Amino acid sequence: MTNNPRHGSSEPADAAVPGNPRHAAGEASAPVVGRGEVAIDVAHLRVVRGKRLVLPDLSVRIPHGEVTGLLGPSGGGKSTLIRSIVGVQLVESGTITVLGEPAGSPQLRHRVGYVTQAPSVYADLSIRENIAYFGRLIGASGDDVEWAIDQVGLGDHAGQRVANLSGGQLSRTSLACALVGRPEALVLDEPTVGLDPVLRRSLWTLFHELADAGTTLLVSSHVMDEATRCDRLLLLREGRILADDTLDGLLERTGTRDAESAFLALIDAEEAEGRGEVAS
Amino acid sequence: MRLAFVTAGRILRQLRNDPRTIGLMLVVPLVLIGLMAWIYKDQPQIFDHVGPALLGVFPLTVMFIVTSITTLRERQSGTLERLLTTPLTKGAFMSGYALAFGVVALVQALLASAWSVWVCGMSIRGPWWQLVVVAVVDAVLGTSLGLLASGFARSEFQAVQFMPAFILPQFLLCGLFAPRDTLPTGLKQLSDVLPLSYAVDAMNTLATTVSDNSTVFRDIGILVGFSILALVLGALTLRRRTE
Repeated sequence: MTNNPRHGSSEPADAAVPGNPRHAAGEASAPVVGRGEVAIDVAHLRVVRGKRLVLPDLSVRIPHGEVTGLLGPSGGGKSTLIRSIVGVQLVESGTITVLGEPAGSPQLRHRVGYVTQAPSVYADLSIRENIAYFGRLIGASGDDVEWAIDQVGLGDHAGQRVANLSGGQLSRTSLACALVGRPEALVLDEPTVGLDPVLRRSLWTLFHELADAGTTLLVSSHVMDEATRCDRLLLLREGRILADDTLDGLLERTGTRDAESAFLALIDAEEAEGRGEVAS
Repeated sequence: MRLAFVTAGRILRQLRNDPRTIGLMLVVPLVLIGLMAWIYKDQPQIFDHVGPALLGVFPLTVMFIVTSITTLRERQSGTLERLLTTPLTKGAFMSGYALAFGVVALVQALLASAWSVWVCGMSIRGPWWQLVVVAVVDAVLGTSLGLLASGFARSEFQAVQFMPAFILPQFLLCGLFAPRDTLPTGLKQLSDVLPLSYAVDAMNTLATTVSDNSTVFRDIGILVGFSILALVLGALTLRRRTE
């Protein structure tokens, strides 16, 4: 998977083992073909939450300067992976390297922007006060604050108390609080949930503008349609990576026409394979 | 340390946007002290005993409740998780809270002591400013204990229950009901290790003694020590990584 060329014409041999994670657990440190290096390198990550084994053994590489979509059903481990990457998740074993530093290390705290799944902003402050606070923590200027407000299209409401905002405005405020520091890597947990289509489109446009400017983005979503918006896709189900490919590559490999069907095809293929193993 | 001030500024801004909470924090102690003065209208010597002790009890209690709930909200809203991915250190986070509520405590202490002395007629013999200093240190202690306690609360409901659990025993043993010297063995020793005892001791000293700075300053020192201890413990129990 990491050795799939970006343009997506994967070899037929790959189709036989769709997204086998063992296959993915990178051997050599060959960088992903594309815009350069690996920005986030997760190797043999194992996470247990409570009594549940959420991520048994996950390895993945996320390329620099691209929008990588982390897709899959809720409960599949998306948030856990994201929390591990930003260094707030207790990890049982495995290594995560982000922009060349171990995940969660102090050097990364002004280089990585994180947006939690539930909008994490202060309800009793205005939009601008929220963004300004997170900006100050990271050393952003007043211009950065206005820029961030502008990017998420909240210019007309910036003085409004967050408690009075709609869900969509709330999640955009939360996003702006991460944008304001102009981080090198942005890790966004379901940032487009509940937004109207126009806003969603404008956010994806923003994500690509940021990526073009060299930002690495990891964006999770449980909406399969958003696959078309991503440069690369990671399909995560039950704590395992089913696929790590471009959308085109994925569709070609599974012979399907949209991400949802491709996802189902991969699950079916895997289950068939599983039964085969039991039988033999 | 700059980020502690930035954080304190943010907390104060939140409070400013919530005038009702400020009102409750500042007015409720005055009402309660006024009530005590009224109850003992014909026995001013009792109010002179209870009043100063209450000045030690209120700042700690109010700040404890407010802090434990606000920080719990930080945990639950995800803002804490987010803050811990920013350059803000755990110590700066804690200090930000102590600073912000210290400012509120200063206002509260000025109001409550002025109210007690000039409106309710409480007599104090020591210097007035020392009364304010004790109240502020006491309130900062309440904030520190609240920060520590919120680490153990899983819900706002539990956080509220910590008030009776953490504060009421101190309230019973601080010398308000029976002078600490007269407590039975065991309880006396217990009250010696509870911080509120020292706040009430200091207030009582200021009420009854003309100038006995040394014991007041010793008590203030002990209160500061307890706050630092609670803040350090709180920072240690605050985990960047959670399940």
